Amino acid sequence: MKTLKFAEAIESAIKQAMEEDKNIIILGEDVHTLRVNLLTQFGKDRVISTPISEGGFLGMGVAAAMAGLRPIVEIMMIDFIAVAMDAILNHAAKIYFFSGGKWNVPIVIRASCGGGYGDGGQHEQSLWGWLAHIPGVSLVVPSRPINAGGLMYSALKQDHPVIYLEHKLLSHYWLDYLGLGGRKNIKIDVPAEGSEGSWPDKWTSIPLGKAEILKQGTDITLVGVGVDVHRALEAAKILQDKKINAEVIDLQSISPLDIKTIKDSVEKTKSILVIDEDYKMFGLSGEIAALLLEHGLSFKYGRVCTETTIPFNLEKELKTLPNINSIIEEALKLK
Amino acid sequence: MNALNKEDLSLILKLYEMMYKSRKYEEAVKKIWEDGYITGEMHMGTGEEAIIVSVVSQLIDGDYIAVDHRGTSAFLLRSIDPVQLLLEFMGHEKGICCGNGGHMHLFSKEHWAASSGIVGAEGPAACGFALALKYKKTKNIAVAFFGEGAMNQGMLMESLNLSSALNLPVLFICKDNNWAITTRSNEVTGGSLIDRAKSFKIESLEVDGLDLISMLNATHYAINKIRNESKPFFIQAHCIHREGHFLGDPLLRFQKDPINEFKNALGPLIKAMFAKKGTKIPSRIKNMIKTISLIIKSGSQLKKKSDPMNLILKDLRELTNEEDLFKKIEEKVDNEIDQIVKKVFEIYGGRK
Repeated sequence: MKTLKFAEAIESAIKQAMEEDKNIIILGEDVHTLRVNLLTQFGKDRVISTPISEGGFLGMGVAAAMAGLRPIVEIMMIDFIAVAMDAILNHAAKIYFFSGGKWNVPIVIRASCGGGYGDGGQHEQSLWGWLAHIPGVSLVVPSRPINAGGLMYSALKQDHPVIYLEHKLLSHYWLDYLGLGGRKNIKIDVPAEGSEGSWPDKWTSIPLGKAEILKQGTDITLVGVGVDVHRALEAAKILQDKKINAEVIDLQSISPLDIKTIKDSVEKTKSILVIDEDYKMFGLSGEIAALLLEHGLSFKYGRVCTETTIPFNLEKELKTLPNINSIIEEALKLK
Repeated sequence: MNALNKEDLSLILKLYEMMYKSRKYEEAVKKIWEDGYITGEMHMGTGEEAIIVSVVSQLIDGDYIAVDHRGTSAFLLRSIDPVQLLLEFMGHEKGICCGNGGHMHLFSKEHWAASSGIVGAEGPAACGFALALKYKKTKNIAVAFFGEGAMNQGMLMESLNLSSALNLPVLFICKDNNWAITTRSNEVTGGSLIDRAKSFKIESLEVDGLDLISMLNATHYAINKIRNESKPFFIQAHCIHREGHFLGDPLLRFQKDPINEFKNALGPLIKAMFAKKGTKIPSRIKNMIKTISLIIKSGSQLKKKSDPMNLILKDLRELTNEEDLFKKIEEKVDNEIDQIVKKVFEIYGGRK
């Protein structure tokens, strides 16, 4: 096991997968600089820089996947997926179904996501609920180097579209590009265990749709993805002091969703708090409640989510996104 | 550049003042960002002054501007309160958008000014403003400011077509520095941009955007035409960005502090170079060098001779040898900017 950064884990998993499978290519804006190591090793036929035209090059990636390649299409920030939504919603997600199950689209759409560094409401959204809403696509959000690499490696083995979201607080280069710009006088609350950690010498797949219990507990279930997992772990420590033993689940993958692990936990704790940096209404948090109800469970339920457009003002932003205070406040209401 | 007459002097001095104000204001913003009072990214327009001033100085009340993520200069020169503008960059509640927007998401309804952080969104926005202006039978126009990188974005190309098909009074200003973040735009663009605009039957001009006088002539012609004929016009204005894509631009950072920056990058690069599988070693070297050469290319934007401020001063010196005239303007503006920053920090609550 090595200790390295979140983003390095992703790159290492891609490198291993590209060495194993010649059909994997990378398409996206600025990839000659962002992925210069992969460009150097694999050449410009496999690491292809595109113009700023997400609608065009994502659509191109979808058809290239249909024609036998395995593209990783990079959308710099998931906010910009709005420009290219048609390629996912009406094509990547539907072609397998439309073709009667005879034509696959093995594409990985990689994008940075999330806020917490003061960049405003068009650059800090999460949008996983909006995307996972679509039947026919999988969506994963890693939280630590170990699952950042494992989920990417797994995504590159799938026969169907996978959206892979990389939280900017965990990926040091994104945070430096967008939040710091080389400045040393900016303080950002980066979860240390997410941005750096151990990972193996050789990557193996983490199955999509498998959650991981990061802390066992008996009194309340805290679930989330990405940075929210780390906020939950921090909250669990504070709750412990108040004699509340929280169980913390890292969903890892939003679609498919590992409802079994959540259900088993809630059967034990009888209460669940969903921590979701994405928008509150019609999203992950509500979906988890609905699924648990469909399974006939009776439980206490709360959620901490983003309810408005993310304000540019950092102080207001940090209050808008799930944070340790809002998590503790809601958790205590359930006890 | 076209020949200047003595009688132009007062106009050029006025425009020089606007350019100088824009430059100094943005330099103050840069300092405030460096000191950590502005979060996130900060996209500077230093190097675009001749373009922005030539257009904005000819706008009248009721003309709309749709600006990209690099909107400081256009907003400032459209007479939006400079204190409130700066406070917005700092996320303060007394900012023009109450601290909700930040520098990429600026809006001032009473100044007919909107912006967007989504590349290319200025095209459809300007078309929409123009459609409303035309419907209301005004003589007003709408201006879209965007970079050449946006020209490959579908919605911008669609808006060129819409403006032509619907005869909309839109001025498309393509600020072309040939960089789309760290990508050389010509390497990811088919054909010429001006031909692209012309193919939509939009009258178009290619201009040296560093040169105020050329820009002034081109925009004067274009704006008259748009107002009188209600038709779109496209200007491709070549320029530079003295701070690259944004403050802390990774390429310029390498340029300014190569030893430290390379120290971090070198390890993974060497690994990639000697990894067992992959393309042949000479091709690896070629690809790596190509990316590294971008660092050197990015530095050309820092050259003094491609600074519009120097070019306009050269023009002014041909008209007059009274250096005092410029000095007076500079002193006045310097003082004005000092006052703005002082007031901003009075409201913000002091500078650490």
